[in-house]
Amino acid sequence: MDLSQLLADVPTLVAVIVGVPVVLAGYIVGGEYLVRLLPDKSRPSVRPWIWVGPALAFVGFFLVYPVLGTAYKSFFDNQDNFVGLSNYAGQLGGFPSGGAWIAIRNNLYWLILFTLLVLIFGLMFAVLTDRVPYESPVKSLIFMPMAISFVALAVIWKFMYSYQPPGEPQTGTINAILGSLHQAPKIWIQDPNVANQALIVAGVWGFVGFAMVILSAALKGIPGDLLEAARVDGAGELTIFRRVIFPLMMPTIVVVGTTLVIFALKAFDIVYVMTNGNYDTDVLANRMFQLLKVGNNGPASAVAIILVAAVIPVLIFNLRQFRAVEARR
Amino acid sequence: MTIASERIATPAVERRFSPEWLGQGFSKALLHVAVIGITLVWIVPTLGLLVSSFRPVSEFANSGWWTALSPPFKFTLDNYSGVLSSSNLGQSFFNSFMITIPATVIPVTIAAFAAYAFSWMKFWGRDIFFLALVGLLAVPLQATFVPILKFFVQVGLTPEHVGFVGLWLVHTGYGLPFAIYLLANFFRALPTDLFESAEIDGAGTLTVFFRIVLPLSVPAIASLVIFQFLWIWNDYLVALVYVGSTPEVAPLTVTLANLVGSLSQGYQLLTAAAFFSMIVPLIVFFSLQRYFVRGILAGSVKG
Repeated sequence: MDLSQLLADVPTLVAVIVGVPVVLAGYIVGGEYLVRLLPDKSRPSVRPWIWVGPALAFVGFFLVYPVLGTAYKSFFDNQDNFVGLSNYAGQLGGFPSGGAWIAIRNNLYWLILFTLLVLIFGLMFAVLTDRVPYESPVKSLIFMPMAISFVALAVIWKFMYSYQPPGEPQTGTINAILGSLHQAPKIWIQDPNVANQALIVAGVWGFVGFAMVILSAALKGIPGDLLEAARVDGAGELTIFRRVIFPLMMPTIVVVGTTLVIFALKAFDIVYVMTNGNYDTDVLANRMFQLLKVGNNGPASAVAIILVAAVIPVLIFNLRQFRAVEARR
Repeated sequence: MTIASERIATPAVERRFSPEWLGQGFSKALLHVAVIGITLVWIVPTLGLLVSSFRPVSEFANSGWWTALSPPFKFTLDNYSGVLSSSNLGQSFFNSFMITIPATVIPVTIAAFAAYAFSWMKFWGRDIFFLALVGLLAVPLQATFVPILKFFVQVGLTPEHVGFVGLWLVHTGYGLPFAIYLLANFFRALPTDLFESAEIDGAGTLTVFFRIVLPLSVPAIASLVIFQFLWIWNDYLVALVYVGSTPEVAPLTVTLANLVGSLSQGYQLLTAAAFFSMIVPLIVFFSLQRYFVRGILAGSVKG
């Protein structure tokens, strides 16, 4: 860092340390001042809008409006000429390997393989760790990958998969293990046959801790006497898991599952950093970004809207779930 | 048969050596092996990176990281000093903080007021607005980039003109649905009497908010702050889209991803850079794990 760069950082530092707090305090004090100007009677009807207003404005401006704008833009080409559905035709034509189909196929892979593996491992780890006295350090080590960025995760796994030609010492952990089993090394993330699975494994490694923590909390919520009663009735541990624990945990498994499905549909960082979508590993979010990067805004918008369409069933499910919980309140 | 009849005769002694006892002991041992095995498998990738980042270049290319775990020990800090001097990781570290702190403080503040209004005030459309927020939790951010970028360029909210301001605003918009959802769930669970007695005392709404609600909500707010902090610190896509990869403005994630492309020959430097980018999240995670877990639970397990 040279001096000019340091000097250039000063305004940023001032904005963060002074500017942001002043603006936030101004909002709180100013809002209260405005409310106090009003007669006592009308205060309760105005105050909510001052408190909730900024949030609604931000969400409206940075989420609702741009999604609508993107939907609108998806019907225009890059010179803003109306082109009807041709951006979508460009993405959805050419089944099975043209347009966005490779990406859609891979998102399906992620959706199924990633979600299932994370749930299975998460549930298994939750049940296993529940029975050992050193549960909490073990859980925090398994959970740790959740704290780091997907870019760092991608570097870690690029390193795990690294490849040297046969005969040379393998420095990647996985190929070294293969070597010790007298198997030939694989190029993993550059081999279209296994690259997707290799990326998904990296994602699974990152997310199992998340599923485990939530499922473990649900597991601990199951009353002990229920399990005790089953044991007294002579049920084996496996039967208890299948007939008692699993059904009681189902609602939580579903909630974790929806979160995972949303992540699988939006998967980006891991793919972008590890393969840049090459070797048949492209996904919709990566495709959208690649189009955006070169200013191909019409098709990029169409891909984004395809992504939104894919999320809508999950979104509706979430809303139903939420309303059901509200009704029970 | 003989074993069975003997067992009936002297149950107390025989129980210690019975097949069931052996079976139980065996499955207990199996359980420990499984749990410890899984944990080892899970930490190997991170451990490999950590060990590698301290290995000299000469060793790095010719042998796996595990060979460094046995003598002779050859560790060095060269990779760290090398990557810090040859790339702009230092500047990125600063940038990550300058992006993350406001992008955490602003949404959490705004969300606290909004969540209070959603929980304890009456206004038109309250339930519809809240339902809309829950729906927006799932919306892919990709669907917002094109119009916002266009707007930012039109009004000059670009990194060349206003630094990270645009990114702070975007992160605020993106983070609010989850922030409001998490806090409102907590605020609503507070007992009603609290507010009634405060009102009888003649305390204003702002006083109730600052003196009663916020102090009681410290755990929920702490969870949210940690969550938002880690989410922004680890964010790659949003930063890449709105501030790009110019060295002066790139956060750590963006710089690290650039190194992946440019350091194909200097992989030992990459491991050091990756670990450098993980230091802050790991400190936050291991020191405040309790709150982080609570945030995850509150955000996912509904009801």
